[in-house]
Amino acid sequence: MKAVLGIPLAFLKLFYQSVYLALGQIWANKARSILTTTGIVIGVASVTSVIAALTGLKANVLSNFESLGTNKIFISPHWPREGRFKNASWRLIRFRPEVFEGLRDRCPSIDDYTLMTERSEAVHYGVHNIDSARVYGINPSWHRIENRSVIMGRPFTLMDEENGWQVCLITPKVRDELRMDRNCIGKRIVVGRRSFTIVGVVEQRVESSMFGGMGSSQEVFIPFPTAWKLWGPWTWMYAIASCRKPELSAEAQAELRFFLRRARRLGPGDPDTFRLEVIEEYLRQFNTVAQTTTAIAGGVVGISLLVGGIGIMNIMLVSVSERTREIGLRKAVGARPSAILFQFLVESVVLCLFGGLIGAGFGQMLTGLIAKIPNASLDKAYIPLWALGLSFGFAAATGVFFGMFPAIKAARLDPIEALRHE
Amino acid sequence: MSTTPTPHNKIVIRLDNVTRVYKVGVERIRALDGIDLELCQNEYVAVMGPSGSGKSTLMNLLGCLDRCTSGIYELDGYDTTRLGAGGLAHIRNTRIGFVFQSFELMGRSSALKNVEMPLIYSRDGWWSRHKRARQMLERVGLGDRVKHRPNQLSGGEKQRVAIARALVCNPSILLADEPTGNLDSKTSEDILALFDQLHAEGQTIVLVTHEESVARHAKRVIRMMDGRIFTDLSSEEDQARRAAMAEHFGEVSK
Repeated sequence: MKAVLGIPLAFLKLFYQSVYLALGQIWANKARSILTTTGIVIGVASVTSVIAALTGLKANVLSNFESLGTNKIFISPHWPREGRFKNASWRLIRFRPEVFEGLRDRCPSIDDYTLMTERSEAVHYGVHNIDSARVYGINPSWHRIENRSVIMGRPFTLMDEENGWQVCLITPKVRDELRMDRNCIGKRIVVGRRSFTIVGVVEQRVESSMFGGMGSSQEVFIPFPTAWKLWGPWTWMYAIASCRKPELSAEAQAELRFFLRRARRLGPGDPDTFRLEVIEEYLRQFNTVAQTTTAIAGGVVGISLLVGGIGIMNIMLVSVSERTREIGLRKAVGARPSAILFQFLVESVVLCLFGGLIGAGFGQMLTGLIAKIPNASLDKAYIPLWALGLSFGFAAATGVFFGMFPAIKAARLDPIEALRHE
Repeated sequence: MSTTPTPHNKIVIRLDNVTRVYKVGVERIRALDGIDLELCQNEYVAVMGPSGSGKSTLMNLLGCLDRCTSGIYELDGYDTTRLGAGGLAHIRNTRIGFVFQSFELMGRSSALKNVEMPLIYSRDGWWSRHKRARQMLERVGLGDRVKHRPNQLSGGEKQRVAIARALVCNPSILLADEPTGNLDSKTSEDILALFDQLHAEGQTIVLVTHEESVARHAKRVIRMMDGRIFTDLSSEEDQARRAAMAEHFGEVSK
């Protein structure tokens, strides 16, 4: 039993012994230890804060993506790169509302869809006007798909569609720009030289700093058939469908593709003349890009850890040569080469871990500062656990790697020579 | 022939035709050239000789800091010639105590920490190191200097700390290399008195020295010349022989 336990116990003792000696040595050379470890402190602090910043950026972008909706599928006309539709006329490529008839029955994974069309128009109310508001033609199902309900008045109904009434919904921003009363229901505004009755106010779109440019918040909505009738059959039209569950996205896309190919009478060899786009796909792509960026940035900043490691090695070499006599003495009183090796190795590892600890603290502080930079959308910056573990592991590895050479040098010293050393 | 050794004739060190050859460039220097030596327990031996006679090499060899080129070195009946670096370190830790001319204390550490040091590397002394180091400091008369650093101690006190450190692992043999070389004559006498006391308590001591006055404390004097043992006599015989030689050559002995 004693023999079995002997080796691990001896190792444990060696370890304990080395830590004891190393801590004693570091404590005895406080100023030098702090200076030596500064490189590691800076390295770990910069690695963790850079990763924190990138993580924050990523979290921010992801939440922006999510505010756009992850179970939405954007369906738009698209010229294929090859095949007989490559140079086909717009007449063949564009969508018409009839294309989507029967979509709900044929595509069981699709929850709902809305036809969409949009353009910029000038909007007037009395003497006030907006030069360019975004005007959308929508179906009633739009509210549910975009998750934007009506905060005042009523949403569009089938009646509006059937009758092609000139009614509209506006955002609070438009109402305020046009200096209308809070309750603006029933008022008439002029949208592109035609008069529309306001039936409701739709809640503002979720402000996403990333995609803020994709559309202004000055939005006016009119029933899709009305828009189609007004703007004519050549206008740009697309559709947004939502699937029943985010997991069904792939099936929903397959169903849509089948449905649209049939509806457009595409032959088996013909490429799609439409495009299905899913936020999730962008998410995946973005995730890949973000990971690569984080790895590259982390790696580049990690070079500073390397520089810190070289500093450690330098000081350890100095330490070995100035403590040559002490090493000789330790050997003379019975320190094995392994004990000397471990003492120096542990010293450099402890120095590095110590630096890593301080560095992590500094990194945390830096992250706090980064998160407070205005308009940088980095408020979600935090140091992920893996980055902490990684930089600690890296610091320890630096200690082992750069401490190894001086430690071996110390362990190999001849005690007689070492004791004679001046 | 095998009789159970009584404490006073048990052989601690046995050297059998030991040589140590250094290579300096193409030249081969025989620093030790066929040494035969037996040392029993509780002996008090002085090794003397001019510089280059091989006494330092002999000390390094006895202290297991060095290995002989040929021959056999047995310590406490163990053949040390086949041990590796780790094994020799263990021997040095448990069976040998060193005292150096320049004390070799760690300047940043207290007397207690200095004395504790060998116990850090010993197999079972770790947990009792404070107690044992303190006891040993009391034994060499420094019970009230435990917390002092070497720069707060006099030369004699430093050497006492070094002696306490050498003895803290209960070595079979205490090796002292010019232990009074850096001390004034008064302090030297104190240290030598301490050696006498340790000898009286049963410690085996080997010391290397230049000074006849130091050698006079030993019970056996080994004189070396050119890597060989020149004379190996008891202290009285050695004195008598020196006196006779001095008379013969008309020298005035110191």
